[in-house]
Amino acid sequence: MGKTIAEKIFDAHRVDEPFPDTHVLKLDRVFCHEITTPIAITDLMARGMDRVFDPTKIKAVIDHVTPAKDSKTAEQGKILRDWARRHEIKDFFDVGRNGVCHAIFPEKGFVRPGYTIIMGDSHTCTHGAFGAFAAGIGTTDLEVGILKGVCAFHFPKTIKIVLTGALQPGVYAKDLILFIIKELTVNGATNMVIEFTGPVVDAMSMESRMTLCNMAIEAGGTCGICYPDMTTVDYLWDFIKDEFATKEDALADYSKWVSDADAEYERVLEYNVSELQPMVTVGYKPDQVRTVAEVSGTKVDQIYIGSCTNGRIEDLRIAAEVLKGKKISDNVRAIVSPATPAIYSMALKEGIIEIFQDAGFCVTNPTCGACLGMSNGVLAEGEVCASTTNRNFNGRMGKGGMVHLMSPATAAAAAISGTIENSNLFKA
Amino acid sequence: MKTFKGNVLFLDRSDINTDEIIPAKYLTEITKEALKPNLLEDLVLPGFSRADTENKAVIVTRENFGCGSSREHAPWALEVNGINVVIAESFARIFRQNMYNCGMFAIELPRETIDGLFANYADKVVTMEIDVDGNQIRVLADGKSETIDFAVGEFDKTLVKEGGWVGYADKNY
Repeated sequence: MGKTIAEKIFDAHRVDEPFPDTHVLKLDRVFCHEITTPIAITDLMARGMDRVFDPTKIKAVIDHVTPAKDSKTAEQGKILRDWARRHEIKDFFDVGRNGVCHAIFPEKGFVRPGYTIIMGDSHTCTHGAFGAFAAGIGTTDLEVGILKGVCAFHFPKTIKIVLTGALQPGVYAKDLILFIIKELTVNGATNMVIEFTGPVVDAMSMESRMTLCNMAIEAGGTCGICYPDMTTVDYLWDFIKDEFATKEDALADYSKWVSDADAEYERVLEYNVSELQPMVTVGYKPDQVRTVAEVSGTKVDQIYIGSCTNGRIEDLRIAAEVLKGKKISDNVRAIVSPATPAIYSMALKEGIIEIFQDAGFCVTNPTCGACLGMSNGVLAEGEVCASTTNRNFNGRMGKGGMVHLMSPATAAAAAISGTIENSNLFKA
Repeated sequence: MKTFKGNVLFLDRSDINTDEIIPAKYLTEITKEALKPNLLEDLVLPGFSRADTENKAVIVTRENFGCGSSREHAPWALEVNGINVVIAESFARIFRQNMYNCGMFAIELPRETIDGLFANYADKVVTMEIDVDGNQIRVLADGKSETIDFAVGEFDKTLVKEGGWVGYADKNY
């Protein structure tokens, strides 16, 4: 019997199996941000264990509330900053050089096929787009990761999703993952890895693959995974060119991180996506999904384009294509947050920021803020947001607010019309 | 080891997420105690009020409890309110592991058993006690008692007994 990519990564990283189905894995990366890490740091200090297993494998960023909005968030940033300096963690991204963790860490080349990665953030599953095993964990697991470079997991079974056909114009990776979550339900992949495969994924950019993997957790999944291929190698090339003579050599090496044809799966689901429509969530659970056509005309108060799901350059280009030469509705306000400084710079050079501003968008710095109602775009009671983020939980973007999750194209269309509509209506 | 005995709070809903257990706006706190007044503040459940959490030590609920964010603030908010046990049909992975990593119990029981608990006890004053060595839940109500067996992995039980994962990992790795 062959092995899945997750099994191969577990086999290559297992340092102990102290109890049945308890796999202690060696970690290649421990990612940190200023919300879940400071408590880990202060607890380690209180225990007299203020150490790090390897400062080169720990990467840290301030991203959830940046720049600090009050004394408490300033203190969180300070604890993380002081700790990074104290332990010579060189890859610490402070205010100005910081971006949304799941956008900036891949962009800096920190993620490689076959890696094990943890972070005190549920959307860590994003990094599986590179053929890595990347899992969100809590503060205690983070503490142990920082201290010892290990994390314990039960063995995850795998759901394989095979995507065939071709996405229609106006339909994107976000629509696809919302459809898949609807099919799986919010706990259909709990304790499992979701492999995204097939010609549709093969044809996708790394950005789109990250959008897919980002929302694996919304079906309960431990990690979303795409197989590494030449698209992965191209994305990473600047960071790996000293390791390999050619891209083909890199691909040959990374190909060991692909599931075997006879691997055992919990479920295999195949979908032809050619008829897929733009999708949107309704209600307070990410599996409450409808087509945009079904909820067309739904009024919104705010539009938010950004986040670890859809704040990358491809997302901004897609939204700008819809917005170009148009104004947002008088009945809404709209916010865009490029997910990293590099994305922001690219968007400036490409004239995308100008398109957003001319349309009437507020352009904010890279931050997670609005997505979880912490800063930079919190909703008032009773307000509705058309959002490219990943969670529509009650109160997520502000107490008493309603969130409709959608693609950047659909969000841009909502900005123009003030209601949820198909973005194809607004394309030249 | 923590204590695992006291009154039961019944939450008759599936998919109660970590934003409902403790909203993100409180994640700027850097002590567990500061989370105490805000437990289950955004819970969507008709008839529920924050006062229902007072003097409770155990939660009984349905499927997929603790879905959403990785925030360990969710178990901490329970812990500082004296709730060290959640019994459910199923849990989200991260929440479940966070509970055991903190030396707390996240006990999964079959749907029929959970249905029975709701049917027999939800409208009563009920006390539960976890027998850690015996893998049993003792239920006390109306002067009567029953015991319910549960399964727990060796790793999880070791974490409960040792009071969490940090000490165990420091000793062993």
